[in-house]
Amino acid sequence: MKTFQIYRWNPDTPTEKPRMQSYTLDLNKTGPMVLDALIRIKNELDPTLTFRRSCREGICGSCAMNINGTNTLACLCRIPAEDAAETKIYPLPHTYVVKDLVPDLTLFYKQYKSIKPYLQRDTPSPDGKEYRQSKADRRKLDGLYECILCACCSTSCPSYWWNSEEYLGPAILLQSYRWLADSRDERTQERYDALNNSMSLYRCHTILNCTRTCPKGLNPGLAIANIKKEMSF
Amino acid sequence: MIAQRLGTTALRRVAAKPDAFFTANSAARLGLASSQMSMMQTRPVATQKLTPVDGDAILAKQRLQRPVSPHLEIYDKKQTWFGGSAWQRITGAGFSGGLYVFATAYLVAPAIGWHLESASIAAAVAALPLALKGGLKFFIAWPFVFHSINGVRHLLFDLGKGFSRTNIIRTGWYLWGASIVGGLYVAFFL
Repeated sequence: MKTFQIYRWNPDTPTEKPRMQSYTLDLNKTGPMVLDALIRIKNELDPTLTFRRSCREGICGSCAMNINGTNTLACLCRIPAEDAAETKIYPLPHTYVVKDLVPDLTLFYKQYKSIKPYLQRDTPSPDGKEYRQSKADRRKLDGLYECILCACCSTSCPSYWWNSEEYLGPAILLQSYRWLADSRDERTQERYDALNNSMSLYRCHTILNCTRTCPKGLNPGLAIANIKKEMSF
Repeated sequence: MIAQRLGTTALRRVAAKPDAFFTANSAARLGLASSQMSMMQTRPVATQKLTPVDGDAILAKQRLQRPVSPHLEIYDKKQTWFGGSAWQRITGAGFSGGLYVFATAYLVAPAIGWHLESASIAAAVAALPLALKGGLKFFIAWPFVFHSINGVRHLLFDLGKGFSRTNIIRTGWYLWGASIVGGLYVAFFL
């Protein structure tokens, strides 16, 4: 038997303070991942428990939450051993809670939109068909294009907690670098100019919680360091 | 099992014809037994139509009431309380603040009769018992050593080096060990 402590808050009774609710499951009848446990709690113990989930294989980023102190995807996080302490599950830190484990990511998506996450170029391709890239240039996008925007890294960043209104946060900056590093994009200078102020990029103080938490094993900290480096040399 | 499959097939067939499906006697007309009907999932939730304006008003009201999810108090203590970056700022701010305080005091000392010259401070510290003397020196030496080592670590980060996850975690703990050992050395053996 394993006890899970889960953050609860219901928008229908907004004056009630958020609380932790305990659920105990027999792990022999539960799948291996925390998401399996959550689904089983919702199916069998408490249908009012609310959380986002979709692909259950770490490609959609819906089930991002804080499990035992670290942000991760519930579908990629194994349930800790039975003899370990209670597993505590919170929504992503310092986000507005819509209900239970569901955070409001409106601002996060707006910030993503603000970096123009698409190919910008004016020169037509030489053969009129596609914009070609050397193998070496394509390789520069490895470790960047895999980001699924689950917001685990951004909401692990203390700097983003205190300055999320203006600081873009690690996830969006990694995406930003994905377009800066793309050899086919022709608006690199404009993209640099948009980042060149005290808030958007330079609120990163290399705390590196982002790299430690990324459930996809990517390195937002390195991407941000590369942007800073390219902008100064 | 076969009866069940027949039931679902029949249901699927009627789903294509919604008008027949929603009339009260359609189940009987299609020969569905009531036991098979009970296998349909029902959701006893009433929905109501809202205009976009009303919907926005409800959303705006709800947004005002949303709590902020817990952050510093629940996040992994190893990363928040022992974060190299946070302590770099604390030690750095402590040193520059201390410098301002001491420099101002040094400036006004002759006017108000304090003795802050190096010679008199050294004499005052030399008179203290060893443990207190060392403790006082460690209180200054540890932040200095910590800030110096972590400064080099951050310079390497700024050059884009040492970003692997294991390296970040490992150098983070080395930093604490080395700064404490170095601080003790500076405090007691120098």
